[in-house]
Amino acid sequence: MIEFLVNGESRRVEADPETPLLYVLRNELGLMGARFGCGLGLCGACFVHVDGVSVPSCDTPVWSLEGKSVVTIEGLTPHPVQQAFLDEQAAQCGYCVTGIVMTAAALLERRPHPDEHEVATALDRHLCRCGAQQRMIRAVVKAGTTAAGEGDG
Amino acid sequence: MAELPPGLAANPILARWIQPAADGTIAVRVGKVELGQGIVTALAQIAADQLGVDIAAIRMLPAGPDGPDEGLTAGSLSIMNSGSALRVAAANVRELFAAAASSAAVRAATPGTAGTDATTEGTAGAGTVSFSYAEWAGRVDLEVPADPDVPLRAEREFVGADVPRFDLPDKVFGRPRYIQDVRLPGQMFGRVIKPPSRGARLLSVEPALPAGVMLVREGSFLGILAADEAVAVRAAEVVRKAARWAEHDSLPDEDELDKFLRAGPHETITVVDDGEEPPAGARVRATYSRPFIAHASMAPSCGVAVWRAADLVDVWSHSQGIFLLGRAIARELGLAPEGVRVEHAENAGCYGHNAADDAAFDAVLLARAVPGTPVQVLWSRQDELAWAPFGSAMTADVAGTLTADGRLSSWQYDVYSQGHTARPGYAGGVPGLLSATLLDPPADYPAAVDPPAEAGAGSTRNALPGYDLPRRRVTGHRLIESPLRSSAMRALGAHLNVFAIESFMDEAALEAGRDPLDFRLAHLSDPRARQVLESAAEAAGWGRELPEGVGLGLGCARYKGRGAYCAVVAEVEAETEVRLRRLHIAVDVGLVVNPDGVRNQIEGGATQSASWTLVERVRFDRRQVTSDTWETYPILRFSQTPAIEVTVLGSEEKSVGAGEAAQGPTAAAIANAVASAIGVRVRDLPLTTEAIVAAIDRDT
Repeated sequence: MIEFLVNGESRRVEADPETPLLYVLRNELGLMGARFGCGLGLCGACFVHVDGVSVPSCDTPVWSLEGKSVVTIEGLTPHPVQQAFLDEQAAQCGYCVTGIVMTAAALLERRPHPDEHEVATALDRHLCRCGAQQRMIRAVVKAGTTAAGEGDG
Repeated sequence: MAELPPGLAANPILARWIQPAADGTIAVRVGKVELGQGIVTALAQIAADQLGVDIAAIRMLPAGPDGPDEGLTAGSLSIMNSGSALRVAAANVRELFAAAASSAAVRAATPGTAGTDATTEGTAGAGTVSFSYAEWAGRVDLEVPADPDVPLRAEREFVGADVPRFDLPDKVFGRPRYIQDVRLPGQMFGRVIKPPSRGARLLSVEPALPAGVMLVREGSFLGILAADEAVAVRAAEVVRKAARWAEHDSLPDEDELDKFLRAGPHETITVVDDGEEPPAGARVRATYSRPFIAHASMAPSCGVAVWRAADLVDVWSHSQGIFLLGRAIARELGLAPEGVRVEHAENAGCYGHNAADDAAFDAVLLARAVPGTPVQVLWSRQDELAWAPFGSAMTADVAGTLTADGRLSSWQYDVYSQGHTARPGYAGGVPGLLSATLLDPPADYPAAVDPPAEAGAGSTRNALPGYDLPRRRVTGHRLIESPLRSSAMRALGAHLNVFAIESFMDEAALEAGRDPLDFRLAHLSDPRARQVLESAAEAAGWGRELPEGVGLGLGCARYKGRGAYCAVVAEVEAETEVRLRRLHIAVDVGLVVNPDGVRNQIEGGATQSASWTLVERVRFDRRQVTSDTWETYPILRFSQTPAIEVTVLGSEEKSVGAGEAAQGPTAAAIANAVASAIGVRVRDLPLTTEAIVAAIDRDT
């Protein structure tokens, strides 16, 4: 039994301790916003916050979360960066977007007004195959200029 | 009498397309599918204008067995084909409702207004009538064929506007939306264990599996089922390790692709032959190539299936052609065509024929072991990168003759390639489903073929330049076998062909001592082509002074010779590594349905093409693909993507698609910019440091 916070609520998970967090979120907790992309922590589609840091949930075993705080896109919503993504229509297929929003929100928490270069560097762990990167960079910069980047803490 | 658009002629019953509801919404179902390209929103814009309602009233339903069969969502044809069909269908529905309202004597002297309650006016007899779709829903018979002579509504409220995408809020807020998010009651999770190499045959497998995990084996097809997804993933690894296979070499030498592509046997495709030998003059010739390229979709392929009866299976798939897929599955399993019902469910973007259809068939095979139980199959990232079809490697020889005054007086072009489509049911009616080749007895996997010229061709797509050239001889050489599975990938042969043609235009211009822009314009009479070229060049400041190591390069083409015009100017900084700074792009897609949608497609297409052109190459040994993770198959990262400025040139010409127009011109523009920056011509993609060094070695 592993106990940790998910979006502010205490959760007890019975899964095998080696089970990646992603499967627990999607199948046991019904939180589908983190997406499976590679299972190796290399694409960014499954990112969530663990104690405020954006990490891949697909290679984070649940045993490592004891006593920690996990925030998913469902817990983050609504966030100014999401509105900025909609304003910029910063997506095509959208599969990579939730992971990118998580990392962008963590960046804005750290650096409330990042420039394009800082945003691109922060998002370099994330892949987008449709080629919406420039729109996303614009959206995150815009979120930083219009709001102080209220995050999940 | 006018003719119905082909999509509507094939599916003339209006109820299959449009169904107004009493709650004020209007359900619209098309046969085209959302791949992240925004097509569903653009088609809703067209429907809203013809129905005369606010776009908020339109509810777009997923393509499925009850909707129209519009074949494939491919070839940048959805706006042109589905748009024209939906336009006429919607106009028909509007007129039928107007007629019903009119016959009930609800005539109004003044025209009504369109509103979210789906109230509008239509012509009925001599007058106009104001009516509400909600009020008349269910009372107007739409089980009737469309009439081609119904007048189209000329007002445009939504066509031409930047209507926000319908699907983005779900995606940005992380709501369930994709096929991987499907959870049906009692659903099991399936995984397939692919052979370790192509053509491998399963000898034995005796895994020690935990209770509750079911092993499914049919011939060399191997899969497992479990109620818990994480258990299924682990069990698949256990099976993989326990399986013994007989393997053999079947792939070409990845370092000798040029030789492999030229070896044949080939199908010879004559695109044009003016029948005249080249005149005397300076001969310029060069050879260009690209390697195999992967779709590399962000999500692995996924399928869901449930057998309702021994002769009836329901399938959910992100296929680009759900009806073709259904027929292919039926054929493979000996079912009646109506025994396989496929509904579309979204997945991550795909750029042609990826593994979507294969994963659907895998779900069907695994679900057959548990009748009545829904099964969701998800491929692994490694299988997606190794087993999904690729865009073929290609190589092209270009030769031209220059006159003394610097004009091309002959043009010879030969392109060598595997075929560019092996979609289910496409090549000679063979199902073309990967796992069918593993069953006992195994099905043959069809060699990839090329779409016919009237469908835009494959190896020879855009092989014919849009320039005014005499004495042309343009020939395709399609390998009749495809040992490394290839099929349709964004732009098909146009990526390499435009890269080759437009690189060659720069090389010829250099030889003639002329500016690349002037040289092109001197050979270009099509006013729309000239306009995009001049517009992109002007936006990029063509001809301006550039610092050392920085270069501008041009690329231009009309997609398929009859689609969108696109010109790209790339700005790169290069020494031994290329940094792509910026792309200036001008595009003419005719009448623009959604300007921001066009920009988004062009930006995305150009960025993806930049990734193909700069970094991508499928790697393999003699047995299997080895580039099966994001580390071994890298794509462009955020900090490597260029800034992009798109100019959309509006016109009243017929609307054509934007999705594939930028692929070729972007590749050429980058290569030309590299040559301009460092004076080295790289003719073999991708434009990596190794390729640049090899080109320098070649020249010294």
